Amino acid sequence: MRRSLLFIPGNNPGMLQSSDVFEADAVIFDLEDAVSGTEKDSARFLVTSYLKNYSPSLEVIVRINGFDTPFCAEDLKALFMLDNLNTIMLPKARVEDLLQLSEMIKNNKKDIKIIPIIEQAISLIEVDQIAKLELVDGILLGAEDFTKDLEVTRTKEGVEIFYARNRIVTACKAYKIDAIDTPFTDTTDNEGLTKDTKFAKSIGMNAKSAIHPNQIETINQIFTPTTKEVDYAKRVLMARDEAFAKGLGVFSLDGKMVDKPVIERAEKVLEKAKKFGVL
Amino acid sequence: MDKNNGIRKYKTFINSEDYKNHPRKLIDKKNKADNTIWLKSLEDVFDFLNITDGMCLSFHHHLRNGDYVLNDVCKVIKKRNIKNLSIAASSIFPNNKPLVELIENGNVTNIYTNYLNGPVSDAIVSGKLKGELIMNTHGGRARSIESGEIKIDVAFLATPTVDKCANGTGAMGPVACGSLGYAIPDSLYANKVVLVTDNVIEKLDQYDIDGKYVDIVCQVQAIGDAKGIVSGTTKITKDPTGLKIARDTVKLLDEIGLIKDGFSMQTGAGGTSLAVAYYVRKLMEEKNIKGSFATGGITSYFVKMLEDGLLKDIYDVQCFDLDAVRSYKENRNHHGMSASMYANPYDENVIVNKLDFVILGATEIDLDFNVNVTTDSHGNVIGGSGGHSDTANGANVTVIVTNLVKSRMPIIKEHVTTITTPGSDIDVLVCERGIAINPRRKDLLEKVKGSKLNICTISELLEIAHHYTGKPKPSHHTDQIVGEVMYRDGTIIDHIYKK
Amino acid sequence: MKMKIGMCGSIESNDCLIVIKNNKENGNHIIINSIVGDFFYEQIYEVIAITLKEKNLNNVLVECTDKGALDYTIKARLLCAIERYLGE
Repeated sequence: MRRSLLFIPGNNPGMLQSSDVFEADAVIFDLEDAVSGTEKDSARFLVTSYLKNYSPSLEVIVRINGFDTPFCAEDLKALFMLDNLNTIMLPKARVEDLLQLSEMIKNNKKDIKIIPIIEQAISLIEVDQIAKLELVDGILLGAEDFTKDLEVTRTKEGVEIFYARNRIVTACKAYKIDAIDTPFTDTTDNEGLTKDTKFAKSIGMNAKSAIHPNQIETINQIFTPTTKEVDYAKRVLMARDEAFAKGLGVFSLDGKMVDKPVIERAEKVLEKAKKFGVL
Repeated sequence: MDKNNGIRKYKTFINSEDYKNHPRKLIDKKNKADNTIWLKSLEDVFDFLNITDGMCLSFHHHLRNGDYVLNDVCKVIKKRNIKNLSIAASSIFPNNKPLVELIENGNVTNIYTNYLNGPVSDAIVSGKLKGELIMNTHGGRARSIESGEIKIDVAFLATPTVDKCANGTGAMGPVACGSLGYAIPDSLYANKVVLVTDNVIEKLDQYDIDGKYVDIVCQVQAIGDAKGIVSGTTKITKDPTGLKIARDTVKLLDEIGLIKDGFSMQTGAGGTSLAVAYYVRKLMEEKNIKGSFATGGITSYFVKMLEDGLLKDIYDVQCFDLDAVRSYKENRNHHGMSASMYANPYDENVIVNKLDFVILGATEIDLDFNVNVTTDSHGNVIGGSGGHSDTANGANVTVIVTNLVKSRMPIIKEHVTTITTPGSDIDVLVCERGIAINPRRKDLLEKVKGSKLNICTISELLEIAHHYTGKPKPSHHTDQIVGEVMYRDGTIIDHIYKK
Repeated sequence: MKMKIGMCGSIESNDCLIVIKNNKENGNHIIINSIVGDFFYEQIYEVIAITLKEKNLNNVLVECTDKGALDYTIKARLLCAIERYLGE
């Protein structure tokens, strides 16, 4: 269960070594788009050297280069030497690649999860199969490349990715994994970020990636249950316990009937609240 | 000179409250004998006042890197080869390079200043100054002057605008720099006061320097370059770590109940300190809180808060940017004040004692919370107290904001290279990996019990720093003292050594 | 003959630039130019020397221009520079 995932350019030592102070739920050390073609090797050495020396107390994800690149095999070879990597993020993910990657993880006897990025129309078509793969525990929408593939303009409002967001949310919720929203790329527009994140939450995303540390606080805040939500959830469960004690199957709270979905939602809210330290 | 092995002129620092055990010393304010004389060149001033060997000349630094006056005076000194002069300049910046030659040639043998960097600092640290270097605090300099400890023969005060009655202001003129707070003690107590200006007008309604103390107005072509006035570091940091530190600082200030109606504050002009001002403002808006005043060196962030009704008043000893200069001229609630009223421990209205909190930086801080802003870890002089020790002593809560590690150098040391501000006056250290509260502040520790902020001890933070950097080798210095760090009460808190 | 050379890193803050080249039959030679040399010279030297040993390099000249890199960075830059030096 994540709220915020922070991208960190893999070849920048200063950012690498301070990446764990911003209270993101996960860091993504990026070997792909944030690293130029001539520095793929140095970024790989840097990230692996960092992880051999330090074990930050948050989820560590590495975004490798895609299966269609000559760097992918080297990336994986280096990462399989580590024992503190939690998750591999695979760009331009296709079912076939993911099956292959899962196989490799198992062969190397690693306890590593996968977050595929949906950034091609063809991947979105496959998203149900992707979501159901054993090692996949979250799916990220990569809107920049996705809109390129659709040949449309990326906008702040995001009408062009509305369908993709919904499609991904549905697949993720069906298989109970994280639906992770695309980053908001204007790092100076906090108002825009707030709006975009609230919208993502409203359609079912439960986490968002960030490309700047300053975005983390906003994202965490929005995906953390509010005091009001937590209080209500507590009252629902209290009312449930009282009703059960009295032998009642159905009961009401504040004049509204409480049924199973309401109870389950309350339980989920409290689980999140506990995990994110607001209980 | 014999300062190291002769009779010690200065007492050693005891503690930051010891000044209360000693009465205020005041020499008589200057008494101008005649009418103000109007002259056209610094040469004429030297002739008229018969400036000779061994005198003490004073300057203020509000034109900062744009100042011509100190350098132009240096030219005259060089030309006339006057020897053994003392220079009492409130700060010395990289543009004051002409001083180096005068130091090397024995024209200038003593320097009294509150802040020092650039070539002059390098020359002194390499042992070229024949007499003494005294690093004062802003408040301490005012005290030194009013007590006669620094006896100024002639004050050369760069004054952006002067009126026909010899009143001076920094609010207007081609090189307007705002408040002339640091020049005021000089104007009151120097034997002779010279306003150096490039703008004379008929009459000023409001002024920083009162003409009744002015002996000479020297009208020259230009006293400075407006482009050099803006202080170097007056923008909010873009460094995400600095911003994280600032956010945590404001959360802490809020948790200990300092952000409430009527509160007062000062922040340094460093990028992280300014970011604290930014986040304080956000919190004030969220909670609909109105503060009373901000003080110190003033930047646009405080000006905006004043203009938007979030602050009632600004007490300004120096303007750090041009917005502050404009506001100082236009806004009646933007008050100028002297260095004495700002920070002199003996001034009955001293503003720093009314501060709820101050946010300050550090180049080093040690396990006893002593702070160094005078030298770097290599022993170079890179600044000085300025108002650091004054505000740290006066404010209810003093917070140091800094990165834990900068380019492999842990900012926390077992012992600082040079003590600028004693640890007894430092209450909190906020860095990106935790917040340490001085164990002396049991009240604050009590208030943060149960906080979600990462409260730890300063030695825990040191350990974390070393976990990343490895343990640095202890630094070594020579035994030769090239300067003294003078605490605000006039005692010596530490020495600066030759490199 | 073209001199074989391996280079990696940068002179940004928190980073270092490593240059490695052949040192004929003169053994390993390490030159360190660091902004924190006063405090960390020995540590930096050791990281480089140990890494060279691990990689079985005996006649190379390593120049490290350091802007406050932590050990893991120095090691990573060196390993990459070695790979570039040995490759091609």
